[in-house]
Amino acid sequence: MISNADLLSKLEFSEKEREAVDRYMNSMIEFLDTLNELDTENVEAMSHILLGESVFREDIIRNFSDRETLLSNAPDRKNGYFRVPKTID
Amino acid sequence: MSLMDLTAVQLGKMIREKELTAVEATEDALSQISLYDSTYHSFISVDEDGAIKRAKKVQEKIDSGILTGPLAGVPVGIKDNLFVKGMKNTCGSKMLKDFYPAYSATTVLNLEAAGAVIIGKTNMDECSIGSTTESSAFFTTKNPLDIECVPGGSSGGSAAAVAGKECSYALGSDTGGSIRQPAAFCGLTGLKPSYGRVSRYGLVAYASSFDQIGPISRDVTDCATIMEILASYDENDSMSIKREDNNFTKALINDVRGMKIGLAKGFFGTGVEPDVKAAVFSAIEILRNKGAIIEEFDLSNLEYGVHIYHIIAAAEASSNLARFDGVNYGYRSKEFDGYNDMYYKSRSQGFGMDVKKKIVLGSFVLSAENYEKYYKKALKARKLLNESFSKAFKKYDVILGPTTATTAPKLGDKSSNIMGDYYTIPANLLGLPAITVPCGLDSMNLPIGLQLIGNHFQESTIIRVAYTYEQARGEIL
Amino acid sequence: MKQFETVIGLEVHVELATETKIFCACSTKFGGEPNSHICPVCTGMPGTLPVLNKKVLEYAIAVGLATNCSISRYSVFDRKNYFYPDNPQNYQISQLYFPICKDGNLEIETKLGKKIVNIHEIHMEEDSGKLIHEEDTTLIDYNRSGVPLIEIVTKADMESAEEVNTFLDKLRLIIQYLGASDCKLNEGSMRVDVNLSVRGTGEKEYGTRTEMKNLNSFKAIKRAVESERDRQIELIKQGKEVVQETRRWDDNDGTSYSMRSKEDSRDYRYFPEPDLLPLVIDNEWIEEIKKRQPELPEMKRLRYRLEYEIPEYDINLITSSKHLSDIFEETIAICGKAKEVSNWIMVEAMRLLKEKAVEVEEISFSPKNLATLIDMIEKKTINRTVARDVFEEIFMRDVDPEIYVKKKGLTTIVDENAIREIINKVIKENKQSIADIKNGKIKAKGFLVGQAMKDMGGRADHSLVKEILEEELGRI
Repeated sequence: MISNADLLSKLEFSEKEREAVDRYMNSMIEFLDTLNELDTENVEAMSHILLGESVFREDIIRNFSDRETLLSNAPDRKNGYFRVPKTID
Repeated sequence: MSLMDLTAVQLGKMIREKELTAVEATEDALSQISLYDSTYHSFISVDEDGAIKRAKKVQEKIDSGILTGPLAGVPVGIKDNLFVKGMKNTCGSKMLKDFYPAYSATTVLNLEAAGAVIIGKTNMDECSIGSTTESSAFFTTKNPLDIECVPGGSSGGSAAAVAGKECSYALGSDTGGSIRQPAAFCGLTGLKPSYGRVSRYGLVAYASSFDQIGPISRDVTDCATIMEILASYDENDSMSIKREDNNFTKALINDVRGMKIGLAKGFFGTGVEPDVKAAVFSAIEILRNKGAIIEEFDLSNLEYGVHIYHIIAAAEASSNLARFDGVNYGYRSKEFDGYNDMYYKSRSQGFGMDVKKKIVLGSFVLSAENYEKYYKKALKARKLLNESFSKAFKKYDVILGPTTATTAPKLGDKSSNIMGDYYTIPANLLGLPAITVPCGLDSMNLPIGLQLIGNHFQESTIIRVAYTYEQARGEIL
Repeated sequence: MKQFETVIGLEVHVELATETKIFCACSTKFGGEPNSHICPVCTGMPGTLPVLNKKVLEYAIAVGLATNCSISRYSVFDRKNYFYPDNPQNYQISQLYFPICKDGNLEIETKLGKKIVNIHEIHMEEDSGKLIHEEDTTLIDYNRSGVPLIEIVTKADMESAEEVNTFLDKLRLIIQYLGASDCKLNEGSMRVDVNLSVRGTGEKEYGTRTEMKNLNSFKAIKRAVESERDRQIELIKQGKEVVQETRRWDDNDGTSYSMRSKEDSRDYRYFPEPDLLPLVIDNEWIEEIKKRQPELPEMKRLRYRLEYEIPEYDINLITSSKHLSDIFEETIAICGKAKEVSNWIMVEAMRLLKEKAVEVEEISFSPKNLATLIDMIEKKTINRTVARDVFEEIFMRDVDPEIYVKKKGLTTIVDENAIREIINKVIKENKQSIADIKNGKIKAKGFLVGQAMKDMGGRADHSLVKEILEEELGRI
């Protein structure tokens, strides 16, 4: 069985790996489910620890100096473009 | 006797006072590496030529009076998830085995500006996911104090490099204990700063809400000295906070009289090995004798820290690691059928199992049907835990406990359980500063770590307590 | 009564006219070498972190205020996770749970009267890179990656293509007035996705909706809306089901195609962006932005009605472009003659736009030159015939009319003797016309004036020519 989470993760597993992942997931889910003991009724979700002043950047152009290194890590490129297999039929 | 036996501050002083040069210090580190690294495997890459060149430049600047700082000319190891421009950055993964960053991390730039000589990149658990450094895609690092044991992780290479006397200090990153746990396992001092104190720019993210960069060092003085260099406001990190209180060496005060230290009962449960418990209690006695007021208290919801951590860290990791897809950088599979298959093949071949499991878990807890049940629930639990800690810090200056429940396990020992990071995790969940200092040895002569957690941005407080304890403790190793 | 009614909601993406991208300092400039406006942040390099461009937030708030939204005092960015090569991080930083603006509306007016279209929310997000498809491969250019967007999401309040286009036209004009975007559908700085469903007239439940993409002009939107409405009605009539899906409009074929992909689940796993602080926006700041808001189209039209004596049609046309109304107002500020300025814009400028196939936004002459031209006519330095030619020069090349007229020797001839001499010559050469005039064919006088003007290269003072002709005719 291919789980939805694999698809979302863009990962695939051999049968043996699949078993290991399932074991891991089952034990984790079993463990994490015990969090349900905790009553969080009317508790606010805390997404950020810091709630300071908002941080902004002024709208001023600063060009990055090392475009070449950015391009040079690419597995495949052509004429200054990154290249991948065709994404449409 | 090697120069690497000295603390970073001692070595820096000798260089500053012209007793030796930065080049000599660097050569010494490199020779130590050539002697020992085939055993310890602390480093993924060592930049010998570059290090000597940098040391020469640093020495020139020391000679001309430009560099006068305490760590100018001192060799340092950098965890291989912190970008140093010009040096390969693998993050312990096949995915990035040939990756060269186009920029340096802000912390690396800070170190360089202070005259640090970077000698190499240290081994780590793949993508920082792990606590033994065994999940590195390249090799296993050994604990220099006992090469049968793991150095801890994920910053295991950094801890081993310092403990193995291959450099004077090292940088690590700490998401759930990845600085403090290996530091504890290797008999070193490690500090995870408050979230926002040190810039994360140029750190390959694991869990963005928890990641912080910090020092692994021989003692508290080194730790405070390095922290002064690392801490800075960075406009490239929106979470970076402008602070005026970055003068941590001022906190190296041998006095804790009247300070209130809380012992959270939850940190002294049955999971803690007797040797560890004994060592921590002897440390408590020392601090009590130094005049600290110490008492036990209940820290509610502490037991849910691990749940919260596993949910949020996996969620963020699944998103942060999505960028590794072989499109514009990173490993791309040789064979695939179309672009979508390219994603599957590249990611499945490029990542190791531990990383993949974490990603699958993260996708699971964030998926539409599970979001409320796990992710949102964890954020709410985090809020409750934050309230418990806030309440505790109204009463106590520092919360004290062991850094880990056990000492370093044997290599290949797979029995490590889900609660392994129980003691270190709360500081990450809530962005609190925490330090580990060695407080004894177990029956196998493996070091034990004492952890001090401070309130937000109270690094100075934990440094002061740690320093006072260290002065009173005497030599352990 | 119609058997079916159409229910339409819109998702409008607008590229903001900032200098730099939303989360990094790279230029947003369109075009240029591939991957020339990139940095580690907008190419999704590891270790990078986003830092919000303040201007993006201010534009978003400005658009929100202008569309009667309430501005959120607390707003959060979220990550929208999906894999696609135009998206280097494989997540887009967007807003789901706490968007910057909520609950706005715009009033539109169509043949059927006035109507309120409600705006559900406006949120900020980053644009993706551009994919260029070759035979077997796809090339990626990240120059556009990270260009700031706002997405305006309406409620399903529209019923026809006319309403949709009226709404979009109004929205576009407001955004252009704010300077927040040029809103060009054909260049993609404004992108409209149409959510459409049909249901039996009077039914309460919505039908299944589809989302239509790739609409590059108002005409395409109209055709697509009508085509999709007809397609859905036809399906329902045949007893088939409308499938909830995204469709791509092909304007060449005049039809749309399903964009369904087999595998991709639409589970975006949104969660709060941990690398950006929640935005806390105080009233003071909102007031400040409010104060800085330029005059919007409706207010401008109202003011024109009060200040200038020009026809309603002219008002509507001039205010339909911020650029045009700026030229209009700046010219008036110099020469003071609203009616005259309006005439030049409405007649000559509009003629030239058509003839030279120029867009209104491309008009580039300086108001000072038009004002000078008007002044020269007033002072009779040149006559209207010459002025039309000079205006064309101003329109096309922004010439200074004073210098141009002087260089070309186009000043009006007011020398009576010179004019009389020419008129006498014309009278001599056109005996038949004189005979016609004597026989009561007054029209022939116009012909003689025309001939005399022609002989003087159109430069003579028109009324003077007429006056002298009468005199000379009287003598015959």
